[in-house]
Amino acid sequence: MTLHTVNKSPFDRNSLESCLRFARQGHSVLLFEDGVYAAVKGTRFEGLVTEALKNNKIYVLLPDLEARGMRSDNIIDGLKTVDYAGFVDLAAESDRVQAWL
Amino acid sequence: MTENVTKKFLYVNRKAPYGTIYALESLEVVLIGAAFEQDVSMAFIDDGVYQLKKDQSTDGIGMKNFSPTYNALGDYDVHKIYVDKESLDERGLTADDLMNLVYEDEDDDYAEKSSISIVTREELAQLMEQQDVVLSF
Amino acid sequence: MPSIEVNGKTIETDEEGYLVNLNDWVEEAAQVLAAQDGLELTENHWEVIRFLREYYDEYQIAPAVRVLTKAIGKKLGKEKGNSKYLYELFPYGPAKQACRFAGLPKPTGCV
Repeated sequence: MTLHTVNKSPFDRNSLESCLRFARQGHSVLLFEDGVYAAVKGTRFEGLVTEALKNNKIYVLLPDLEARGMRSDNIIDGLKTVDYAGFVDLAAESDRVQAWL
Repeated sequence: MTENVTKKFLYVNRKAPYGTIYALESLEVVLIGAAFEQDVSMAFIDDGVYQLKKDQSTDGIGMKNFSPTYNALGDYDVHKIYVDKESLDERGLTADDLMNLVYEDEDDDYAEKSSISIVTREELAQLMEQQDVVLSF
Repeated sequence: MPSIEVNGKTIETDEEGYLVNLNDWVEEAAQVLAAQDGLELTENHWEVIRFLREYYDEYQIAPAVRVLTKAIGKKLGKEKGNSKYLYELFPYGPAKQACRFAGLPKPTGCV
């Protein structure tokens, strides 16, 4: 299994879109740093993320979400929050980590 | 400067805080520039609107939370803050999601007034055209 | 790294005498720093120092001298909200010197 990481805002770069285009069924995606903006409900990218959730688990790094003033109760249904230890566990469980910068 | 000419400065902010240094750099330049008593406006468009998101809390990421500093802008006579409505809309944000930035209006018995105006693309385009200097971050 | 001795403890400062870590500050540190400048702190000094620390706490910056002067006038009275009064208290510059005593970084915009 591959863990894909996205750390750019979907509004600023197409990192998330590219990532989701190439991620295969069963792969996981972790949103962190400015990537966490894609996790929030009501954005232009909500449909894209919701669609991806059919094939992929998507995680969001909670400290980065909170730093940006976003609350975990306002993220898209089906997304899971992780802390740094959870991030490490995900990376350790995965065969490879692929970063989308 | 040889003569005291007031120029219109617009700072255009298009980047989210923390992920890059642009937001913090812009804020520092605005505060430093305020000493020169120019006619300063700030525009927040695209991911720049995230700079004004309320409830930022950086304890978990080990970075300084500089969002409280936007509240000091009023003290520095920077109280024309324009936020692009389209940028808010596509991010699922409204005016209520932003910090409540205020200033005291010296010409109106120091009444406390909001510094933030939510504006359309057309209004922002007009504002940009009226400036002497536009600085981009 | 330069440093000062306060209550038997060593506190790090930068080349210009500003504390490296905000959290190292104690009231005695202000007294030690003032003594280095040949000043003895009076209640008039302290109210400015306390004001600066409160301002930093709220806004995460040390105010520019113009902002400080205006805010002091509002908080402590017009007779104190002018640069003459503040320069008499802090001859090396009310923002720069008082911020140093208060354990804050150099005010944004000062060189």
